[in-house]
Amino acid sequence: MNKHLSIKTIVAIGIGSAVYVILGRFLTIPTGIPNTNIETATAFLTFIAVLFGPIAGGLVGLIGHALKDSLLWGSIWWSWVLVSLFVGFFIGLFSHRIKLEEGAFGKKQIIQFNAVQLLVQAIGWFLLAPVLDIVIYAEPVNKVFTQGLVAGLANIVSAGVIGTLLLAAYAKTQSRSSSLTKEG
Amino acid sequence: MAVTMLGYIEQNSVIHRLSGFTKLVVFLIWSSIAMLSYDTRILIALFVVSIFIFKLSKIRFAEIKFVVLFIMGFLALNTLAIYLFAPEEGVRIYGTRHLLFELNGRYTVTLEQLFYQLNIILKYIVVTPAALLFIVTTHPSEFAASLNRVGVHYKIAFAVSLALRYIPDIQRDFHMISKVQQARGVNISPAEKLGKRLKHASSIIIPLIFSSLERIDVVSNAMELRSFGKHKSRTWYSAKPLMQLDWTVLIVSLLLFALAMIITFYDGSRFYNPF
Repeated sequence: MNKHLSIKTIVAIGIGSAVYVILGRFLTIPTGIPNTNIETATAFLTFIAVLFGPIAGGLVGLIGHALKDSLLWGSIWWSWVLVSLFVGFFIGLFSHRIKLEEGAFGKKQIIQFNAVQLLVQAIGWFLLAPVLDIVIYAEPVNKVFTQGLVAGLANIVSAGVIGTLLLAAYAKTQSRSSSLTKEG
Repeated sequence: MAVTMLGYIEQNSVIHRLSGFTKLVVFLIWSSIAMLSYDTRILIALFVVSIFIFKLSKIRFAEIKFVVLFIMGFLALNTLAIYLFAPEEGVRIYGTRHLLFELNGRYTVTLEQLFYQLNIILKYIVVTPAALLFIVTTHPSEFAASLNRVGVHYKIAFAVSLALRYIPDIQRDFHMISKVQQARGVNISPAEKLGKRLKHASSIIIPLIFSSLERIDVVSNAMELRSFGKHKSRTWYSAKPLMQLDWTVLIVSLLLFALAMIITFYDGSRFYNPF
């Protein structure tokens, strides 16, 4: 794995985690349901995963979320940190084929990205998070599944709206690989 | 805006003098016990010990008060949620039923439920002093060295140290961008509708991301020029050698872990059942 870890990926993991912490601390949007926020940090995580791939995505999820929890709460809720790792890794794995550097982020890529993030996050938040909560903390089954459902929906909205906007904005700044035309 | 985040607090205490490696190992052992065990006796014992260690560190309560308040709020909500969703969970786990009184419908108050919820609260607060101490008594640059020492590859350890190094910078960027956007008329207050707020949030995140991507380029070029990652391992300027005290602490906490596991799983269940 270390062979594939370029310097740029390492720095992206480091600075990406710092951005994740700051967004998690300062930029959450209440949905109106008590204690449920739309985390902009999740949207950022999906952005990093698409741009830098599964290893960076997974590690930003792990390091960013663990640091955010410990700096904010003084302790780490491991079950959800592991889900962030899962989400970052698999979104990176499945959508790394979207070539943002070539400036291509049209309808096809938007659908591809959202299908991937919907599927990965659904598995992560609806299934993995509650199961880990039960295994680690022995919390009541119906409570953790409801919690996972609400948090998962908020995160899917976050990645779907803000994540898509971020990717589109980034792609626009890259020159298209096919932007040059041969003059007659 | 007030900076309400935890950070390293300089002090001269026994805990500060311990190597970061020792503190990381103790923290990991502590959280493993708290995660695995549901044994009330062990949790209470751990909690008492961590309060004692906290005293040793000379950290004043006022310095971490805001975090403790945060945690209390969270715990209160969590406890309430557990009760609302599963008022009979304790009865299911402990297998007996000592009814105290009934509220209405399915909401009963049983000894088992109270005991179960007490355990959940304990499980959570037991980790807190250890985690808090680890954060406020370990210097960020020593943290990376300790991570490397417990077996994390140094490139990953370096990424963590980069994250800690850049949190203050990114925070400054964030506030600047947020103020600039507000000056341009972007309303980030809760008064706006949800859809609008999502859009406004992106108007802050997008500049933040571009400045961060630029940072990533600059830092990785600088590291490339200095041949980062050429060798299989690296040394750390701020790594502390292990002293006698470190070894003592390490051995004691390993014994504690073994003892806790034996007591917890002695009767084949992670729950301690007094009923």
